[in-house]
Amino acid sequence: MRDKNNIKPGQIQGQKNLWEMVIGLEIHAQISSNSKLFSGASAQFGKQANENVSLVDAAMPGMLPVINEYCIKQAIKSGHALNAKINKFSVFDRKNYFYADLPQGYQISQYKSPIVGQGSIKINDFENNEKIVGIERLHLEQDAGKSLHDQHPSKSFIDLNRTGVALMEIVSKPDLRSPEEAASYVKKIRSILRYVRSCDGNMEEGSLRADCNVSVRRLGEEFGTRCEIKNLNSTKFITQAIQYEAERQVEILEEGGKINQETRLFDTSTGQTRSMRNKEDAHDYRYFPDPDLLPLELEETLINKIKDELPELPDKLSERLINEYKITPYDAAVIVEEREFADYYEIAAQDRDGKLVANWMITELFGAIKKENLSFNDNPVPPQNLNELVFLIENNTISGKIAKEVFLQMMKTSKKPKDIVKEKGLEQVTDDSVIEGYIDSVINDNRDKVEEYLNGKDKLFGFFVGQVMKVSQGKANPNLVNQLLKSKLK
Amino acid sequence: MSELLRLNVSQVLEGIRKKEFSAVELTRCYLDRIEKTKVLNMYLEVSADRAIKMAQIADEKYKNNTARLLEGIPIGVKDMFCTESIKTTASSKILENFVPTYESTVSKKLWEEGAINLGKLSCDEFAMGSSNETAAKGNVINPWRSEEKRSPGGSSGGSAAAVASKSALCAIGTDTGGSIRQPAAFCGIVGMKPTYGRCSRWGIIAFASSLDQAGPLTRNISDSATMLKVMAGHDPKDSTSSLENVPNFNDFLDKGVKGLKIGIPKEYDRKGISEEILKSKEKVIDFFKQNGAEIVNVSLPLTKYALSVYYIVAPAEASSNLARYDGVRYGLRVDGDSLDIMYEKTRGVGFGDEVKRRIMIGTYVLSSGYYDAYYLKAQKVRRLIKNEFDEVFKKVNYILTPTTPTTSFKLGSTQDLLTMYLNDVFTVPASLAGIPGISVPVDLDKNGLPIGVQILGKPFDEGGIFQVGKVIEDSANFDLFSEGSYK
Repeated sequence: MRDKNNIKPGQIQGQKNLWEMVIGLEIHAQISSNSKLFSGASAQFGKQANENVSLVDAAMPGMLPVINEYCIKQAIKSGHALNAKINKFSVFDRKNYFYADLPQGYQISQYKSPIVGQGSIKINDFENNEKIVGIERLHLEQDAGKSLHDQHPSKSFIDLNRTGVALMEIVSKPDLRSPEEAASYVKKIRSILRYVRSCDGNMEEGSLRADCNVSVRRLGEEFGTRCEIKNLNSTKFITQAIQYEAERQVEILEEGGKINQETRLFDTSTGQTRSMRNKEDAHDYRYFPDPDLLPLELEETLINKIKDELPELPDKLSERLINEYKITPYDAAVIVEEREFADYYEIAAQDRDGKLVANWMITELFGAIKKENLSFNDNPVPPQNLNELVFLIENNTISGKIAKEVFLQMMKTSKKPKDIVKEKGLEQVTDDSVIEGYIDSVINDNRDKVEEYLNGKDKLFGFFVGQVMKVSQGKANPNLVNQLLKSKLK
Repeated sequence: MSELLRLNVSQVLEGIRKKEFSAVELTRCYLDRIEKTKVLNMYLEVSADRAIKMAQIADEKYKNNTARLLEGIPIGVKDMFCTESIKTTASSKILENFVPTYESTVSKKLWEEGAINLGKLSCDEFAMGSSNETAAKGNVINPWRSEEKRSPGGSSGGSAAAVASKSALCAIGTDTGGSIRQPAAFCGIVGMKPTYGRCSRWGIIAFASSLDQAGPLTRNISDSATMLKVMAGHDPKDSTSSLENVPNFNDFLDKGVKGLKIGIPKEYDRKGISEEILKSKEKVIDFFKQNGAEIVNVSLPLTKYALSVYYIVAPAEASSNLARYDGVRYGLRVDGDSLDIMYEKTRGVGFGDEVKRRIMIGTYVLSSGYYDAYYLKAQKVRRLIKNEFDEVFKKVNYILTPTTPTTSFKLGSTQDLLTMYLNDVFTVPASLAGIPGISVPVDLDKNGLPIGVQILGKPFDEGGIFQVGKVIEDSANFDLFSEGSYK
């Protein structure tokens, strides 16, 4: 239904009306920490089933939760990074429901008094304009375990490794208006959390997942009834699920139907959402303050100390890179996406032409990494080597073309560009007499072409340049070749 | 009855030290006594072999002059405390075969000071009850006038009866709304509920987390003080346990009540209270006056709401605390065709009526639409009750009340639940306020049944409570071995 009549992303042209999506996200981000939120058990991913389970996680009789101070600090740090208010007083509540992978019969969460209040982040909308998205709150909660239904024909298995792992639930305001905005919001949150190292953002391992609240309305009208799509673990699925869900709602509304407020699941194989439970079946979670835990009271000094220790965040960093290294906003956006990229870039660009380094990093390095299917951290070219390569280009030791060859060797061997250039004798030829020698041999071999050129066929100049470069095996300085050719062919 | 069974804690410690008898001999006496008192149905599990081994270690320690604070003292443990490799059931069918791999902090502290674990004592199921009749393995019989088959009180009925029948020198219990003090009063012994947070709750099966508190049940005040000294203290594993310093409580015992102000709240003279119990209270007032204390009439008008508040807060917490008994990981499981049916069958068979009733009440008061009217309001009143105590404690040092409205009743005689719940009417306010309280035996009523009075104090003033209690004990001269006690 998209792409008709210049409608914008996030809008749907129905049979009767133009509709707009209203989207709010709840992101569950697993806190990077060695141990779980209320038990000393390891929070490490990828262990054998039920290896990371303490007595507390298994909810043995008489066991009590004890808050993990490090996780609290991670939440405060994240709150600051989201420009949010840190609440000095917050409360842990029990969210009661029965399920086989929830040993306590309740999840410890924060309901009425979260640790972090309102905040906001910036994203770019589809026209690349800056857009502010409101954060409603961030609260701490425990993750549940995992039920495995495919291990046995009639039995289910339970893995409690994830039980009790610390999560931050970050709730946005309903400020998002298109699937693309939602995706860019998730990417931004992920990036911010990775910058402050409070979440590794690994969506495949489930460290970051989102519930999407989607409704539609005619332009300018009140919000409609929303549906919640649970547990989406990639930006691709988020985009697909929102688009499908919004179109489904428009279809119902245009046929005069009503949207039931319900929880839905996204089927990644069909790209459709389906009902999981409606409002009537919704759990009554019977939230109440957990009597095993005292309210959390934070000292102002701690809150401020954590704020002072915050690293430079993507927005600020991007601004600085544009100013300092004279790169484009697009380059900056790519480079600040990951803290590792930015750190790499700043080393590679030290004392170099920033724009040139950005080009090399974004086109050649990222391209090669993608082609080789490597992770950025495993890339064989340390930033010092890229710096050196650009230096060699800048001082005319090698041409840009040779540099690409050298770079391929750098990817293959991890060697320093200087060594590669030396080994292979790739230094650019800048000696006039040597280049003149190349030119003479080209002129000798192409007498007929020279004749034609001198008779006015100017286009042949490029042919001579090419031939000279070929004879020099690409090492001749192209500017000098141009200059000298012109004077020789006068 | 062996003469050794007549000795209290300090006498036992001295006797072993002077080599008059050994810890093993003493332990054997208690194990024999447990055999002989089997008809009272107090012990769910007797850890005889372990007890003897512990006693042998105790004797070694005495030999090496390295005896610890409770070296050789035989103790019975309420079945709410998880005990490593000893079956721990909370007197419930749902945990009938549960054997913990860990030891509760409080019991561990006792063993680390040389106490000897005789075994596990019956109680009301999940400590929910005031008569010990809700125990899955049947009620305990009060050792006093045992032929009349009376209630030992509850929920720590087994603990109180074991001490009263000399089947344990001391016992530990838990008190959520009176579960140590009320059975102590019914059985003619001393029962101390410390300040909330004084003892760690780690490893104690939870009933109502904001109220549960462990405490000792003993023959006298001095034993209680010695026990509490060992049991109390901060535990990093319990976030609600207090950092407050634990004094040597025995240092308070000889200080007397001279110059102290004792408050008598008028609201505790309610109708339905036995005449004889009121008379005992008057008698204690006289003891205080004779010993130089000042008696002050005080008012705690919110007392009348305490029971209602308690029966909202405690079931609410219990409904959530007991959710973990679901048949998935440990304890009873009754299979069903689906997860929900397995839950229903397991919990249907595993829990008794009183537990189910409280889970339902608790679920109801936390439900959306009812939360504000019940749970939230109850929490507000609870805070006001606490404030009221704080105000009164600005005027007086301690408060004297009866422990129970009646003495022990016959098992099965209380048909009406509200009447049953009224048993805790004098003990519940202190639980809600989190303040310490003790029940001290004073008299026997005309039926030969023990009467106890309760002393309440400020938070963490257990020492002062022992001090006041000691004056009652010395003046009343209550005899645990008198006519009507279990021979």
